[in-house]
Amino acid sequence: MEHYFELIIAAIFINNILLAKFLGNCPFLGVSKKMDTAIGMSAAVVFVLTLAGTITWVVNRYLLVPYDVEYIQTLAFILVIATLVQFVELFLRKAIPVLYKSLGIFLPLITTNCAVLGAAIINIQEDFNLLETIVFSIASAVGFGLALVLFAGIRERFETTRIPQALEGTGIGLVTAGLMALSFFAFKGMV
Amino acid sequence: MSAIVKEFTKGLWSEIPPFRLVLGLCPILAVTTTMENGLGMGLSATFVLVCSNMLISALRNIIPNEVRVACYVVVIATFVVCVEMITKAYFFSLSESLGLFIPLIVVNCIILGRAEAFARKNGVIASFADGLGMGLGFTLSLTVIGAIREIFGAGKLELLFGDLVFINEPFNFLQQAPGAFVVLGLMLAFMNILGRSAN
Repeated sequence: MEHYFELIIAAIFINNILLAKFLGNCPFLGVSKKMDTAIGMSAAVVFVLTLAGTITWVVNRYLLVPYDVEYIQTLAFILVIATLVQFVELFLRKAIPVLYKSLGIFLPLITTNCAVLGAAIINIQEDFNLLETIVFSIASAVGFGLALVLFAGIRERFETTRIPQALEGTGIGLVTAGLMALSFFAFKGMV
Repeated sequence: MSAIVKEFTKGLWSEIPPFRLVLGLCPILAVTTTMENGLGMGLSATFVLVCSNMLISALRNIIPNEVRVACYVVVIATFVVCVEMITKAYFFSLSESLGLFIPLIVVNCIILGRAEAFARKNGVIASFADGLGMGLGFTLSLTVIGAIREIFGAGKLELLFGDLVFINEPFNFLQQAPGAFVVLGLMLAFMNILGRSAN
């Protein structure tokens, strides 16, 4: 039990997938201008990352390893993720239209979110078992969501603040992200 | 001819990734702790970008429009697997230090972005020039950021013939995760100032 708790804390705070591992920075800077979109994106990532992490683990263990074709891991994983995202989109549109409306535009973007592929590869590299994979995927996605929502909260205030002209837009965003990463550094040594 | 030169040079200045097109940030932030890593990552991505641009442009009349993104991803992933195997075989230490970020070239937005914005509408030679220009621009940016972080963060620059020492008490901060964001943000600002005074 303690082991899983450590895994969760480490994935959310210490090795935050956005701020310490640098995965998924494009949506981080792209959709963080408004709180609503940031929350929508976070929800979509939690959903897809958990599913993708679990499915790619199963694909690796029961398809790639037995047939000794682990070298096409990258190709296989990205295909699984792309299909999964399409499938989730179709399923949500039919089954839960309300959720589809709020997540809709973010779903296709997730295919090229490197946090999803990155977390899937980390699961394999770290030799996690299925339960660890699921726990780690959820925790990573929650860490992503936490960082994104916090960042959006800061970024919304930029609109009413005077910023040096050269730093406007992405520049100030990156510097802020750096300071946020620095504050997440304080969690180091907790586990 | 001049059109092709133009496709090539736009990637080096007027549309240089990641500064003008803010795409593909993850590898830029993650692997630029040293100049060598930046250069290695840049060249790997350039190889994939040039090959995928040419193949996608050659197949542009065959690929059905509805499933084009899936097709592009398969083409790109194939070349990434090639790069993965080549670096593991011939540049082992580089493949160790880049680690996760070599397979992640698949989802680098620059590569998919060029396929979507350029290669599917233009001929093979133009796509080659575009891919090479963008790739070299990306490599240049990564190398410069890597050099800055290595000089100020580690205090020295590792070169083929030995180390050049610059500072005795470096800012370790720049070698770590937060430093990457700050360096890139400040460089973006610097490019903005340069761009404005050039206009």
